[in-house]
Amino acid sequence: MKVGLFIPCYVNAIYPEVGIATYKLLDYLGADVNYPVRQTCCGQPMANAGFEQMVVDLAKHFDDLFSGYDYIVSPSSSCVSFVKKKYSLIMQNEGYPCQTSGKTHDVCEFLHDVLKVDKLPGKFPHKVSIHNSCHGVRELHLSSASELNIPRHSKIKNLLSTIEGIEILEPDKIDECCGFGGMFSIEEQAVSVRMGYDKLKNHLATGAEYITGADSSCLMHMQGIAERERLPVKFLHVVQILTAGL
Amino acid sequence: MSTKHSKAAERFMNNTEHERWHNETLWQVRAKRDKLAMEIPEWEQLRDLASRIKTHTITNLDRYLTQFAERAEANGAIIHWAKDANDHNEIVYDILRKRDVKKLVKSKSMLTEECKMNEYLMDKGIDVIESDLGERVLQLIHKQPSHIVMPAIHLQKEEIGKIFENELYTEKGNNNPVYLVHAARENLRKEFLSADAAMTGANFGVATSGDIVICTNEGNADMGTSFPKLHIVSMGIEKLIPDYKSLSIFIRLLARSATGQPITTYTSHYRKPRKGNEMHIVLVDNGRSDILKNEDHVQTLKCIRCGACMNTCPVYRRIGGYSYTYFIPGPIGINLGMLESPRKYADNLSACSLCYSCNNICPVKIDLADQIYKWRQSLDSLDEADRAKKLVSYAMKFLFRHPTLYNVVLKIAPIVNKMPRSLIYNSFNDWGKGRELPVFAEESFTRMWKKGKVKKHE
Repeated sequence: MKVGLFIPCYVNAIYPEVGIATYKLLDYLGADVNYPVRQTCCGQPMANAGFEQMVVDLAKHFDDLFSGYDYIVSPSSSCVSFVKKKYSLIMQNEGYPCQTSGKTHDVCEFLHDVLKVDKLPGKFPHKVSIHNSCHGVRELHLSSASELNIPRHSKIKNLLSTIEGIEILEPDKIDECCGFGGMFSIEEQAVSVRMGYDKLKNHLATGAEYITGADSSCLMHMQGIAERERLPVKFLHVVQILTAGL
Repeated sequence: MSTKHSKAAERFMNNTEHERWHNETLWQVRAKRDKLAMEIPEWEQLRDLASRIKTHTITNLDRYLTQFAERAEANGAIIHWAKDANDHNEIVYDILRKRDVKKLVKSKSMLTEECKMNEYLMDKGIDVIESDLGERVLQLIHKQPSHIVMPAIHLQKEEIGKIFENELYTEKGNNNPVYLVHAARENLRKEFLSADAAMTGANFGVATSGDIVICTNEGNADMGTSFPKLHIVSMGIEKLIPDYKSLSIFIRLLARSATGQPITTYTSHYRKPRKGNEMHIVLVDNGRSDILKNEDHVQTLKCIRCGACMNTCPVYRRIGGYSYTYFIPGPIGINLGMLESPRKYADNLSACSLCYSCNNICPVKIDLADQIYKWRQSLDSLDEADRAKKLVSYAMKFLFRHPTLYNVVLKIAPIVNKMPRSLIYNSFNDWGKGRELPVFAEESFTRMWKKGKVKKHE
């Protein structure tokens, strides 16, 4: 199984340890993982800001780099959902069939649905509050969205449950947006920060020591507020907890 | 980077306590809605059916409009066709003038807001009385609704008490809701009894029967139409549904989605005028047939104006309806504003973090967030794109198209970590106003990979 590792730009620059944990996990589980070094950014920030046209070349570049892999796996649910949901359309409009969008997966989705992980070594004896990121929930269906009357499930919860000693919690308003939203976070900075602050309060009310999620961009935004407000909480991507014993 | 919306939002949030109250109040409505929606096993099926029925109806609108008009006329109603807001107002005024109406009592209607009818009629000397309690409160202070279902939701009881003190001469400092409601009722009762004509909106028009269906909690539509000899219905052409069977689906969805009630207190069906009375139905286009031609945004015509997208919207809840420049706020308002005039209402497009909660909550499954994303793509060609945002996007595009340069930037980025605080946290740094910047890693993932620190190369 050839897996291409897609490490989004901000993870590359700010959270390389999340990339390393992703690699470690996939490698441990027997995947043949490679990292195409000429990858950059999926282009979501520009597209969400209204410049989808600027993404065409990036999408083609991504497709060239990754089309040879069986799966493309990434530790960022929002970037994955952009590749999955938007790349086909963006490239189709330019007359190129997209070969990668169908086989791109968020790492949690990949571990849960493709590798069907139900056992991992390691302990993490801490209280952890799950941050259900919007695109992970409402586009990738990592958990059942709170608005919908569908059977309840959470892939992240299932994965974390394999780790010994962990106490899994979830905040009130279980999947309300934290207010990151790419350029929304600067264009509407006041609303964005208030949303993030409220979200943090809900996470903290669970008594958690850690906030974890499948999307480091939401965590980055909340971490920025937690540091400013000196709130006592730590942030980890789900894969960093799943590699506790590796 | 800022928009008219983001500035107004900041002003609203300056009153932190009020913002928190507004947010929680609307979240309670969402929570009530969730509770009821989860009690119905076939909820998602109902949404799906409602969406399909609406799509079917708007794509066969000519047929259903003709059928509706024929049935309604056969029942004894008089049908008027208004191509735009002005047409609507003139038609209504003409009906009123010919019957020498001095006072019109009306129930809630977003369409009359859309047509700015009250101002038009009042300029012509007709006394227009809003009878929905929230609308009435706002009329007393000459303000517009801040929410389409709960128009005065931004006002707390103390503020309403103050308004009533000034306008209805209630006791000073008495904010007891029961007392205030009684005062409003007493005041409105006189208006109901002395009105010459009644106007209502319409939640649904049933094509097979020609009926108008109106859902209210206060019974004010029924009260208003019970006394005068004249009843005018103002109705958008997208309000049609095929038949009573389909109505049963919408009735199950509407109040649950809107206010978290199983059903509104009153669901009133108007088929024909009482003996000796007149019933007029004004069918309004006002841009709706243009939307029909607009493939990207035609779904907005499915809207049943329940307001659920506002109650769930994390942005709307924190900033209130007046932060938007269009008279309908929230996700549906952002889209409807753009359909009316992209140039005038483009500022509202910033009011969305693309969380997609509105898509999931909408009882007729309008792809609200996707449409906002699409509108953003048109800003540049409309010359409405924010310059700073465009510049940043260009810079990012340039950087990301050149992997070598990108890696050089990753390598030097950690310099930022060591820069003096005053250099980084300034008025241009919108991120840093309420947040600390993230710390750049000394070595990027790519660099570590290349050095063999991630995968031990064979």
